[in-house]
Amino acid sequence: MLSTEDRQLLNLLSQDCRISTEQLSVQTGLSVEYINKRVKQWEENKAIVQYHAHVNWEKTGESQVAALIEVKVLPQRGFGFDKIAKRLIKYPQIKTVFLMSGGYDLALIIEGKSMQEVALFVAEKLATLEHIQSTATHFVLRRYKQDGTELMGMEETPERLVISP
Amino acid sequence: MNKYLTPFVREMPPSGIRKFFDLVSTMKDVISLGVGEPDFVTPWTIRETGIFSLEQGQTMYTSNAGLLQLRQELSRYLSNAYGLDYNPNEEILITVGASEAVDLVMRAILSPRDVALIPDPSYVAYGPCAALAGAKVRYVPTRAEEDFRLRVKDLENAYTPEAKLLVLSYPNNPTGAIMTREDLLPIAKFVEEHDLLVLSDEIYSDLTYKGTHTAFAGLPGMRNRTLHLSGFSKAYAMTGWRVGYVAGHQDLIYGMTKIHQYTILCAPITAQYAALDALTSASQSKSEMVNIYNQRRRLMVKGFRDMGLSCFEPLGAFYVFPSISATRLSSEVFCRELLREENVAVVPGSVFGPSGEGHIRCSYAYSTEQIKNALERISHFVQRRLN
Ligand SMILES: Cc1ncc(COP(=O)(O)O)c(C=O)c1O
Repeated sequence: MLSTEDRQLLNLLSQDCRISTEQLSVQTGLSVEYINKRVKQWEENKAIVQYHAHVNWEKTGESQVAALIEVKVLPQRGFGFDKIAKRLIKYPQIKTVFLMSGGYDLALIIEGKSMQEVALFVAEKLATLEHIQSTATHFVLRRYKQDGTELMGMEETPERLVISP
Repeated sequence: MNKYLTPFVREMPPSGIRKFFDLVSTMKDVISLGVGEPDFVTPWTIRETGIFSLEQGQTMYTSNAGLLQLRQELSRYLSNAYGLDYNPNEEILITVGASEAVDLVMRAILSPRDVALIPDPSYVAYGPCAALAGAKVRYVPTRAEEDFRLRVKDLENAYTPEAKLLVLSYPNNPTGAIMTREDLLPIAKFVEEHDLLVLSDEIYSDLTYKGTHTAFAGLPGMRNRTLHLSGFSKAYAMTGWRVGYVAGHQDLIYGMTKIHQYTILCAPITAQYAALDALTSASQSKSEMVNIYNQRRRLMVKGFRDMGLSCFEPLGAFYVFPSISATRLSSEVFCRELLREENVAVVPGSVFGPSGEGHIRCSYAYSTEQIKNALERISHFVQRRLN
């Protein structure tokens, strides 16, 4: 079980990974030494996988197309789905690989510069892989919220009084 | 047309907060640490429930006491959280914010010539509401050296045989002070000895950052002497919904319900449905908010101490109450000059009572970015005044 303090540390880091150790220490009441030690442990055991910026590509002027691909796979004796998954994760175009319960086996998220590029990748690289039975491609039309962050200001920030009792 | 107002209302001073608000309103781009309400929007589950109740056409009056389901859920919450035991049928009244409950208690309990004892500094409504009920007010000072806890020796000094009601308000606005069970026990003894009733406004109870909150009504012998007030504004970020409650002995609640039925009829139904959802499905959102307040609290206290101001550690609500006596300015002058020179609005401690003089109230119901920015500006101001 994660202690309340450790959960707080991870929450603060996952909201803003550039927060300084000093700032973390002030906000959580934990010592700088403890935080350094703990974060190092998490980095080493990959509990903290990566520090990255969450880019909303739509705002950058760079065109970005993403698709969710449902993949049906023939599981291989002795390996289940792992062997095919290990091949798939090597492709830089494939950003996400999940093994799913239900109507299909693997869910992939693929990103590319155009629909053309993504469709080509699916048709030529993915569908032709051994043990892949079928694919179904769903293009992302709009991102409203991703990884817990609302991407479009759906709501105006309401105004508070400047002074109130 | 002033002459048509009653002399009492004509003479009644406006809240010091209001005066300062008017001043701040004339300025642009003010960074404020001046608000007494959460910066969070009401958690979505609660808002959605309110919207759903409207879609269902729930737009009628409720019973005077409020939705029975809400009172039942409150009764369960008060029992689980604070070990209090109130019958939802006769001992809980849903009000228009804790504000209405304050007014009801004063009007139901106090007659002219009665005296209400009120801790100083404290929330601005108690004194004027007691006075509107015709009663007299005696303020009981609290001090930074004692972490702004109420002490029996000060109660004894303020006591008069006409005293009938003691107001308690912990966690406290504006100081952020809390009172533990050990702190409250001698107060309970004093209340018993002097046959007082207690209005205990515990609206910030869920915003307690160390130990667990003790409800005054849960102390030995205090249940029937206490009117336990609270509401949804603070812990669930629901200030604009206007819903609160008071729990107490059935005779007292019955008396208050009579006033409420003529003056208010019932609390808004949409808000009552939303409040019901707050109790049943928002405890996770609540504890997330509490965690975030606690992080900001530490940031604020450190910020003021780093400036060289003395700042006792507030363990409740969402305010810090640093001393500005090192600057040798009165709290009102400090706030005016800070506003003029650095565009930062904080509230003079003196508006919460004479013992608030020499302090400022700063709220941490703001993002860490806003807090850091404001602290930096306040620090510049303070450094200029200290040198
Ligand atoms: C101590 C205290 N009691 C009561 C209130 C009023 O609360 P409500 O919104 O429930 O009327 C406030 C609001 O600032 C407060 O600080």
